[in-house]
Amino acid sequence: MTHINIAALEVGQVIGSTEFLLTRDSLVRYAGASGDFNQIHYRDDVAAAVGLPGVLAHGMLTMGAAVQVAVDWVGNAGSIVDYQVRFTKPVVVDSENGAVLVVTGKVGEIDAENHVVRIDLEAVFEENKVLGKAQARVQL
Amino acid sequence: MVNPNVQGKKYPATDPYLVGREKIREFAHAVKSTNAMNLDVFAAQAAGYTDVIAPPTFAVVIQERSLATVLNDPEADIDFSRVVHGEQRFIHARPIVAGDELVSELEVASVKSLGAHSMVTFETKIYDVSKELVCTAISTLVVRGDE
Repeated sequence: MTHINIAALEVGQVIGSTEFLLTRDSLVRYAGASGDFNQIHYRDDVAAAVGLPGVLAHGMLTMGAAVQVAVDWVGNAGSIVDYQVRFTKPVVVDSENGAVLVVTGKVGEIDAENHVVRIDLEAVFEENKVLGKAQARVQL
Repeated sequence: MVNPNVQGKKYPATDPYLVGREKIREFAHAVKSTNAMNLDVFAAQAAGYTDVIAPPTFAVVIQERSLATVLNDPEADIDFSRVVHGEQRFIHARPIVAGDELVSELEVASVKSLGAHSMVTFETKIYDVSKELVCTAISTLVVRGDE
């Protein structure tokens, strides 16, 4: 059970906002944890050789961090029954300063009958949205 | 170009993957989770789970093993160096829990041309040892063509 009263929710309501600092350390850590060792995520020379503007965060790291806003709101990571994103812009991670990802979650849709709320996540890096159609369905 | 004939092709199930508690913790830290149920066995058990549960995107680790099979399939003809991740979705029947033994089965759902590029959608079903569906992972990759 959850502390959230579905009847009190409104579409458009902000449920939370978090800043995530992604550094090169974060990328190496995610590479190890996920098994995605594509070198564009930790080597400047390789990223430059394939024409990228710099070392990029794994899309799946951005996706995984963004949903934490919905997880923090509901309290139970097991309540996220459906989660999708579209990768629209890369997140370039500076070797010194990293990259700050600002994620905001809003109520997108309320299905009171089935106790499911759709949370729409907006992930912004340097004033660009980096995820499109980022939607997490939360079972309350 | 990706071979359009692989649309509908199914790949054999991968070897079982045993989900470790420390692997879940490691992944949870990596995606900046502070959720107690990802990290603390007692918190997870208090919520009714047998052990720590994985963050919502952990299924990518299992899905990846099936994806590797396709990327190594000469018939599919996918040049990995030209691959960009376009979309990703996870539909969970239940959360993944430490101790789960999981297999994945991948089907090429669609192959579409988009000018010089190809868009390939893969649907990966993840099952536990009792053959119950745990998660459906859907990935769309964009394979850049010659420009």
